[in-house]
Amino acid sequence: MTIPFARRALGDYVIPAATLIGVLVLWEAVARGFRIPNFIMPAPSAILAEGWEWRYRFIGHTAVTLYETLGGFALSIAVGVPLAILIVYSPAMKSAVYPLIVLAQSVPKIAVAPVLLLILGYGAIPKVVVAFLVAFFPVVIDTATGLAATPPELIDLSRSYRASAFKTFVKVRLPMALPFFFAGAKVAITLSVIGAVVGEFVGSDKGLGYVILSATSYWKTELAFSAMLLLSLMAIVLFGAVSLAERVLCPWLAPDTQE
Amino acid sequence: MQAVEDVSVSIRENEFVTFVGPSGCGKSTLLKLVAGLVPPTRGSVHVRDQIVREPFPDVGFVFQQPVLLPWRTVWDNVIFSIEMLGRKPGPYRGAAADLLTLTGLQGFETKYPRELSGGMQQRVAICRALLPDPSLLLMDEPFGALDAMTREEMSLELLRIWEERRKTILFVTHSIPEAILLADRVVVMTPRPGRIARILHVDLPRPRTMDLEFDSRFKALSDDVRSLIFARGPERR
Repeated sequence: MTIPFARRALGDYVIPAATLIGVLVLWEAVARGFRIPNFIMPAPSAILAEGWEWRYRFIGHTAVTLYETLGGFALSIAVGVPLAILIVYSPAMKSAVYPLIVLAQSVPKIAVAPVLLLILGYGAIPKVVVAFLVAFFPVVIDTATGLAATPPELIDLSRSYRASAFKTFVKVRLPMALPFFFAGAKVAITLSVIGAVVGEFVGSDKGLGYVILSATSYWKTELAFSAMLLLSLMAIVLFGAVSLAERVLCPWLAPDTQE
Repeated sequence: MQAVEDVSVSIRENEFVTFVGPSGCGKSTLLKLVAGLVPPTRGSVHVRDQIVREPFPDVGFVFQQPVLLPWRTVWDNVIFSIEMLGRKPGPYRGAAADLLTLTGLQGFETKYPRELSGGMQQRVAICRALLPDPSLLLMDEPFGALDAMTREEMSLELLRIWEERRKTILFVTHSIPEAILLADRVVVMTPRPGRIARILHVDLPRPRTMDLEFDSRFKALSDDVRSLIFARGPERR
């Protein structure tokens, strides 16, 4: 069934954009109309102006947070995928590792962050580790689910052709798990941003999380908001990049099933 | 748990044998035993005087679900069997094209499985199984997931393919008419543990069509099969 282009454009772009603009206009009007002080609730225009003023200083802070986020994300994949493979292929490893993973996941990472900083010091490494800890769980679980999702008939078929376990893994199980892996990776990339910021909150002198924390202690709410805006933009762009990688690497997935 | 017991049947080269019976009579297990995917706890399976101890490459397998690889096009799915056998796909190009033509899939080579109907996906799975030109084709309820009309169409198509390139086919099914329509011999099985109730010869002329269902001999045969399956043993619920 095809929906006319004009109606699709209306639903996909026009209505969301109009809603967003409407909210911003209302916010601006309320902030100005009631003369709300900037440190309580800055108007969108004040946030943008402050952000523009900070544009050069933001570059360095954004780079730091981006570095920590990507480091945590990369680590979560580098550790998560092999862990998922171990879990799926070895029942012994599954019973050994699975409870540890669940335990690691159930510890509130925000509570672990100060301890990690104590152990690992003040630099970027503890933030990368916090981002990793927050992000790796969905990677492990989704990849393991995907690897286990191969129909048993396909395993039988590969065996009847006397293909090695490695060949079956590379040609059947791994590609079968790819969409599941990407589902986990999409969650992981947004969680990595959160992890990096949490790490910066606990102790840092660089990064967007640090900017937010120090801005609020100087009552510069509009600066905190503009840093938040940058963080959201960063998360959206990173999420988009992972989605794009998914589309490139999984071209067989129907475009109409991807929302 | 014992799936089958005292099952003894010898099958001639190029014979079409169907196994019919209710769920739990070990039909699928039998095919896995023949393919060497599971070792028998007792007894043995011989293929051409060789005892089957492990999977051997001269077998094609078709399952109830097509189980195609969703990331591969029709063409690459057909070639899959060659790749997994560790052979070079080059020499099989011509054969693959012939098979796709034979099954009415020419023009669909670059489509993905999700773009095909269930019947067409199963045709791709059949091509995949046939491409290495195995002398033994094992089919585990291959049309069981299809709607009734597609199912009849596919049965006739399988007969046509078989007339053209003779192979030994072991075909497991729930459907009594399907079992009789296709077979040289029908092996009727009863469940828990799976045993052979009787082996019936189907002396109906080939090539066969759906009209056969109105043949009195066909009716007599299906009545035989039905009574063997349903009127058996006190352990039936």
